[in-house]
Amino acid sequence: MIRTVEQNAPASLGKSGNLASGIGRFFSIENRYLPPFLITMILVVGQVKFGLLESFSRTALAIAVAMLLDLLLARLVYGKWPNLASAYITGISVGILLRSPEFWPYALCSAIAITSKYVIRWHGRHLWNPSNFAISAMLILAPAYVATLSVQWGNDIWPMIVVWILGALITWRVKRFHITLTYVISFIAFSALRSVIVGDSFLAEVAPLTGPMYQLFIFFMITDPRTTVKSVRWQCVVAFLVAAAEMILRLANNIHAPYYALTIVGPIAMAIMIWRTSHQQAVSKPADTRSPLARP
Amino acid sequence: MEQAVKPSRALRIGLAIFFVGLLATPLAYKRYQQFKAASAVSGGEAQALARYGFYLQESAKASGIDFLHQAPTLDVKLSHIMEQVASMGAAVSIVDFDNDGWPDIFVVNSKEGSHNALYRNLGNGMFRDVAAEVGLADLNEVGTGVSTGAVWGDYDNDGYEDVFIYKWGKPELFHNDGGKHFTRVTEQAGLPPWVNANTAIWLDYDNDGKLDLFVGGYYPENVDLWHLKTTKIMPESFEYANNGGRKYLFHNLGNGKFEEVSEKLGINSRRWSLAAVAADLRGTGYPDIFVANDYGVSELYLNQGGKGFREAGKEAGVGFSPKSGMTAAVGDVLNRGEYAVYVSNISEEGVLVQGNNLWMPQAGAAPGTVHYENMANTFGVELGGWSFGAQFGDLNNDGFLDLYVTNGNVSLDPHRSYWYDYSKVAGGNQAIIADAANWPALDGRSLSGYQHKRVWMNDGEGRFQEVAQMVGVKDVYDGRSVAMADFANNGALDVVVANQRGPLLLYKNTVAPGRHWIEFDLEGQRSNRSAIGAQVNVFWNGEQQLQQVSGGSGFCAQNERRLHFGLGKASAVDRVEIRWPSGTKQTLTAPRVDELHKVKEPL
Repeated sequence: MIRTVEQNAPASLGKSGNLASGIGRFFSIENRYLPPFLITMILVVGQVKFGLLESFSRTALAIAVAMLLDLLLARLVYGKWPNLASAYITGISVGILLRSPEFWPYALCSAIAITSKYVIRWHGRHLWNPSNFAISAMLILAPAYVATLSVQWGNDIWPMIVVWILGALITWRVKRFHITLTYVISFIAFSALRSVIVGDSFLAEVAPLTGPMYQLFIFFMITDPRTTVKSVRWQCVVAFLVAAAEMILRLANNIHAPYYALTIVGPIAMAIMIWRTSHQQAVSKPADTRSPLARP
Repeated sequence: MEQAVKPSRALRIGLAIFFVGLLATPLAYKRYQQFKAASAVSGGEAQALARYGFYLQESAKASGIDFLHQAPTLDVKLSHIMEQVASMGAAVSIVDFDNDGWPDIFVVNSKEGSHNALYRNLGNGMFRDVAAEVGLADLNEVGTGVSTGAVWGDYDNDGYEDVFIYKWGKPELFHNDGGKHFTRVTEQAGLPPWVNANTAIWLDYDNDGKLDLFVGGYYPENVDLWHLKTTKIMPESFEYANNGGRKYLFHNLGNGKFEEVSEKLGINSRRWSLAAVAADLRGTGYPDIFVANDYGVSELYLNQGGKGFREAGKEAGVGFSPKSGMTAAVGDVLNRGEYAVYVSNISEEGVLVQGNNLWMPQAGAAPGTVHYENMANTFGVELGGWSFGAQFGDLNNDGFLDLYVTNGNVSLDPHRSYWYDYSKVAGGNQAIIADAANWPALDGRSLSGYQHKRVWMNDGEGRFQEVAQMVGVKDVYDGRSVAMADFANNGALDVVVANQRGPLLLYKNTVAPGRHWIEFDLEGQRSNRSAIGAQVNVFWNGEQQLQQVSGGSGFCAQNERRLHFGLGKASAVDRVEIRWPSGTKQTLTAPRVDELHKVKEPL
């Protein structure tokens, strides 16, 4: 059966009449609105406290394009209305992580991200994390107009701790914390190795991890349920491989190493998983009889 | 069970074409921009005069100027990032120090033991360094720090411009003794023993007729960069640093002494200031102070009737979106009788695209308030490079203020970039970024080096066209400080650029014939004698343009005090309205064009 939007939508607190159970449902593992809600909170608090955005309008443009295009393409391609939580996260990620004084890169990046979900598919699954793919594409194709050097909410210890705690709670609730943890441990270990190789201090090598850009990357991008492999063990392996690919890119002085590492490793892992799944389904009765195309 | 709709083959192909089209869009846009740029290739002076109405010829050596800026060598603990830390100090300011009617050039040096230079304008197109003769050369003695800039103002109203020289070190005030010699009066004035300053401006904040002095610190004042007790001297954040130098506001007491009043008057900031400009931004009759900060947001100090200041950066819209502010210049870019503020920042392709800011005042602000919107993108003056100094001036006398922006940070090995390592620590936690020991070694690499400059020509309708290469500005030195003056007294604004570890450049300007101009040399009587803060509004042919006599603007720079207005084809001016800092209003009716007018404040 198709898992519909309605089944996963948060229940109305007014209808339930029970505030506690409503809050409980909202913070449930299945609630797909939890990550967008929290990332929005981070954005709003960051803007109010630090003025992290050039303007809300660029982020709003990214979100609007992502959601409208997702609506349009889902209707056109699959004849149904999509759940827009995913498109919202894509848009807001683009709005935060992409930095450009122009407006058009935000719209274009969101458009590339959403369209990639519908175009680059294999066995009904999209291979790339949409926002990661689109940001990497923009960095390669439009370096004169965009960047991602993102230190928007300061380098104070307290905002960092708050974001880390919140991020850890969210990823734990959605059963993705092991991915974050594996990546962080791997990054630190590779930082030590890089420090030995290039001769810079360990703190200099590990510094990026302490910045806000990475907090979004490790909590919201590499943990994306749609573009991570299924088993916990292989999720950890993939997280390690992303960190390893990033280390190689960093040794080549690549400024956008994390994005490119995920762009390279993510789809390869997904492709292998999809191939294995389809291979297993070919020899045994599949547990999930849904049409692959039915899975958004 | 619901059945998913399988997209048709045609739909899938259409979708794929759409996707490829999206990916191709940036490439197509880039090709379009390249096509536009290619259509505007340099054709030499004649073509530039015909197309743009002016041409800038670099003429420093031919004019007797042979100045090479040298950078300091700081504490050995910073040796691994020396060129990056010691990347500022080149500065230039314009003054007619001997009142002979010809603007002179003062340029500072920054190597320990190096000499500053005062190029006296001989009036025949040549300059001669007289700094040693007048006592302004030897100011970088070991142990006293090194010069980072100078601003000129007649603080004692004796008719000769005095000079405040700020340093990473001991700031100095020199009294001008009749244009013949300068006497050091630092101690009598009551200035602090050490300030690591990168900006200072003269202003009369309370309009009492005596020039006051604002100084902005960069590194904290307790840091001696030659004798570091710790390596934890760097900004605590790339965008939110509050651990820089303090600000000073020295109130002129009128007896050669100054009282430091910044905290008492509401200026209390430790952002890393690199530029400041004072201007009456709200029409209150009192100068406000706009401060551009590195590693953070800009600050706007609104003058409370001369009795204090209120920081209103966020309220005015300029206190958000922290960048790397390195210049602050004001100009009436739309000829509306109001100032826009230009702030330069960092843009490096594929790495960091902050974009420069052009803060345009928005209509409808309540009286006594101001609100700005960044229109740099719309006006086309956003992407420069690692931009430092900038100044407004009508370079082609078409009646609209153009914009000169210099770029380039550290030019070492052109084939190896420090950006990757710089970005590593820039995004790190304050415990990491604030300690210079954690910064990777520069190792001879460039950091946004060898960058071209920007000369943006104003069309008067909200668009600027970049013409640097076409009008003769082709240098790629690490530009810092830009100042403008009409050195030949011929109605054409020339440009002087001080480059870090590079030569002082003098771009002499040739303006196409048939373009008129008018200039004003103001002298205060009730107001401060330098007339700093005076507002001059010229009305001609349905146009108007507002300019002010400035006590310093741009990056470590000061334009000549005389005001220059281009008039285009107009051969007459309707009237000129002058508002002196004292509040006195004066109107000149139909002054002759193509002349310099000396105007004394009425008593």
